[in-house]
Amino acid sequence: MTRRTTAAFEASLDGLDVGRTRTTPGGFEAVLREVVRQPAVGVPLPDEGLSLPASVTTDATPAELADAATGVTAAALGIADYGSVVLPSTATGAEQVSLFPPLHVAVLRESDVVAGMPEAIERLAPLLRDDRGSAVVATGPSATADMGDLVRGAHGPEEVHVVIVEDDEGTRNGTVDSAGDETSDAGEGGTTGSVDAGPAGDGDE
Amino acid sequence: MSESDEMRAARIRELMETEGDAVADGTRGFNAGRYESVADLDEYEELKDGARAIKEDAIGRLPELLDRLEAAVEGNGGTVYLAEDAADANRYVREVVAGKDADRVVKSKSMTTEELEVNEALEADGVEVVETDLGEWVLQVADEAPSHIVAPAIHKSREGIAELFNERFDPEEPLETAEELTRFARERLGELIEGADVGMTGANFVTADSGTVALVTSEGNARKCAVVPDTHVAVAGVEKVIPSVEDLRPFVELIGRSGTGQDITSYVSFLTPPVASPAVDFDDPDAPMADGAIGGDGAGDDPDREFHLVLVDNGRLAMREDEDLRETLYCIRCGACANSCGNFQSVGGHAFGGETYSGGIATGWEAGVEGLDAAAEFNDLCTGCSRCVPACPVKIDVPWINTVVRDRVNRTDGAGEFDFLVDGLTPDEEPGGLDRTKRLFGNFETLAAWGSRTAPLSNWVADSAPARWAMDRWLGVAPERDLPEFERETLVDWFAARGSRVTADDARREAVLYPDVYTNHVAVDRGKAAVRTLEALDVRVSVPASAAVGSGRAPLSQGMVSTARRQAERCRDALVPELERGRDVVVVEPSDLAAIRREYEKLLPEGDHERLAAGSYEVLEYVYGLLESGADGSALGDGDDEGGAVNYHAHCQQRTLGLEGYTVAVLERLGHEVTTSDTECCGMAGSFGYKSAYYELSMDVGEPLAEQFGDDDRTALASGTSCCEQLGALLGRPGTHPVELLDPDSPDQ
Repeated sequence: MTRRTTAAFEASLDGLDVGRTRTTPGGFEAVLREVVRQPAVGVPLPDEGLSLPASVTTDATPAELADAATGVTAAALGIADYGSVVLPSTATGAEQVSLFPPLHVAVLRESDVVAGMPEAIERLAPLLRDDRGSAVVATGPSATADMGDLVRGAHGPEEVHVVIVEDDEGTRNGTVDSAGDETSDAGEGGTTGSVDAGPAGDGDE
Repeated sequence: MSESDEMRAARIRELMETEGDAVADGTRGFNAGRYESVADLDEYEELKDGARAIKEDAIGRLPELLDRLEAAVEGNGGTVYLAEDAADANRYVREVVAGKDADRVVKSKSMTTEELEVNEALEADGVEVVETDLGEWVLQVADEAPSHIVAPAIHKSREGIAELFNERFDPEEPLETAEELTRFARERLGELIEGADVGMTGANFVTADSGTVALVTSEGNARKCAVVPDTHVAVAGVEKVIPSVEDLRPFVELIGRSGTGQDITSYVSFLTPPVASPAVDFDDPDAPMADGAIGGDGAGDDPDREFHLVLVDNGRLAMREDEDLRETLYCIRCGACANSCGNFQSVGGHAFGGETYSGGIATGWEAGVEGLDAAAEFNDLCTGCSRCVPACPVKIDVPWINTVVRDRVNRTDGAGEFDFLVDGLTPDEEPGGLDRTKRLFGNFETLAAWGSRTAPLSNWVADSAPARWAMDRWLGVAPERDLPEFERETLVDWFAARGSRVTADDARREAVLYPDVYTNHVAVDRGKAAVRTLEALDVRVSVPASAAVGSGRAPLSQGMVSTARRQAERCRDALVPELERGRDVVVVEPSDLAAIRREYEKLLPEGDHERLAAGSYEVLEYVYGLLESGADGSALGDGDDEGGAVNYHAHCQQRTLGLEGYTVAVLERLGHEVTTSDTECCGMAGSFGYKSAYYELSMDVGEPLAEQFGDDDRTALASGTSCCEQLGALLGRPGTHPVELLDPDSPDQ
């Protein structure tokens, strides 16, 4: 992943009015304590280098889920063109935790940001086909225009915050960052990332 | 107006008054968003081609894909049921729901379940069914039918919804703002979802390789319906199946943009059920949800979950065998065809609709799943303007499907009444009993020839009060609309007497000016201007009498396909020899060029169509080409940078063909400052505004154009005859064809 792709992803998030914080694995817990609003629920993160602070309940009951102000889950991918995060479903309830509370905090490794939809689908295919997994491509908060004007937080979160965790030098996925990255990224194309906050209707079903 | 016309006009008038404003705001907003969003997409055309190819392939080998899908879903631990028709699908769903002892089913919006009327079937069993999409819920509360595929309650204003909720639910504080209404709905529906036993969704796409159901939504209710109850029933037409996960890509990038103008909707869920997410038992609020073990039949590896995929045929497999309706199955139900439709923008789906689907491609769906009767109702509202064609992400020729269905309706309608008024004017290939109004407009060529022969008497008689009354009463011709005035001297006659002014030796090119029916009999000055303009650019022009035939456009608009085919063949016989002599074909009337370039593909053998399409040009497109290749434009009208500011409304079919830019470029080259119209449609679309039943709708569709062009006294230009007439009616001053500005002998030069 290159700096340019991350920058495009961040610009897309800004266009969606989605909050974002960049941090390192070392700074992660502190950032999370700052970003979440209490009470908070979460699911265990698959990334062994990251753990949630104790203030985030990771084994939520339906009552805690319904009362939570924040839900914290991992994102498997970020899609730079759209500012989307890809949220896999898990038996620990990541789908519900990302959906019910009014604020969703998505935790994303910088190395998992891809340029566009072709790359995202390519990365998703093994999850969906081989592992029979499920995931949602979530772009900005839940929204509706059905009541005569655009309103956020129709059934899902009205606010989304993405915590982008920079890669450790030693565990970086792919090449080590270098000056060459600024010009070596040919992977971007397609859209600019500006997702308009236009009227939100649902495609057919 | 006849009684049935009067009823139709009254119904349209009522819908324009009650729902028109809300529909106009919504659809025009979606449509403008679409233009903006696809402009950002570098690969838009490639993505559309890709999406179309995937659908063609998938529908082509649908039986095989259905087998693979069934194996995949069952391998995952789910169940697949292929339902023959609505009754069969409903019976299965009722059994599943009864098997769960379910009291409440929560649903995410699905047009397919509207088609089946699943809610009614379940409610008959005493099951509470709750629509959780906010728009769909509004309709459920109001007991109304959807008026749009994507935004079902698009016809309801915020004020109307507030009034409905306040009356129905009597909240402590009256609800007013969109925010308040949304929060109220969220809370109420949230509780209903939490206590539900079964969740139902539709499916936008289903992948055969993995059994993944893709759901495109923005609110999040589909996600909740799918994962909160332990049982998920997804209902989808068989046409939703695509081969593989990788094939999802173009659709994910196109569907939101095409439908609502969003680059992507908030949520695109890829569920491979039974999903891993734990079912949430809100009745046991203190047991950690991930520990839940609710159990159920057919849950495969995951004992917590049950999944049923109900694939619905209900006429679709027969549509697959129907050459003309087959393309309907490529539809991804984004609603772009409705949003881009001028008439839909004015009245919405309640005027357009059959039993379930409304607007644009809906005629194909209604004809396929409900039958011709449902499709016939208001199929007339498609004017064939073709603005939906470039909007469709899978490149379906929606107007053609409407034409074919109209033709089938024509052939099954009526009892063969003897139509003495029209009979002498109808040398067509159509069966008896065809609607008189359609027959009249479909045979305009014959009427025009008679009108010219007897002008000016024909004009005087036609315009007399008794004649207008009779035309309205018997033929459905709107008395408010000025009739075309026929010229005694046709363009062909004028040219035959005058001859060419450019010798073969001096000629840059040789061209045949195609004398379409309007240019030949009515707008003769426009034809003369075209001849003089081309000659000023050193083109040796001819106007052959043998080509003075209808292109087939008029009968096509009325769904008279056989008559149109016969005319297309005559046209080909006249024009192909001209092409063989090395001449170009230049066409003044854009709808005739559209027939040649687009519809002849369906009417003529492939080679003939390709030859005519490649050798024919719109007149300003041709002028542009001549100027670009070095012709001297200084002899043209306003050729010395003296042109003023003009307003220009390009003909709808001309824009679909991508030709608007040529006219603008030529006018700018001659020094004009050009403002182009923002609206999709002027509302006239050939014969549409002449029809008594539709006159008011036609004028309503033209309103945005009147607003944009009515504020100044600039020359209003339009490329089509009927656009010029509509501009005249809207602005009180007639529209001018751009070629008349270029005419070296124009009176104002």
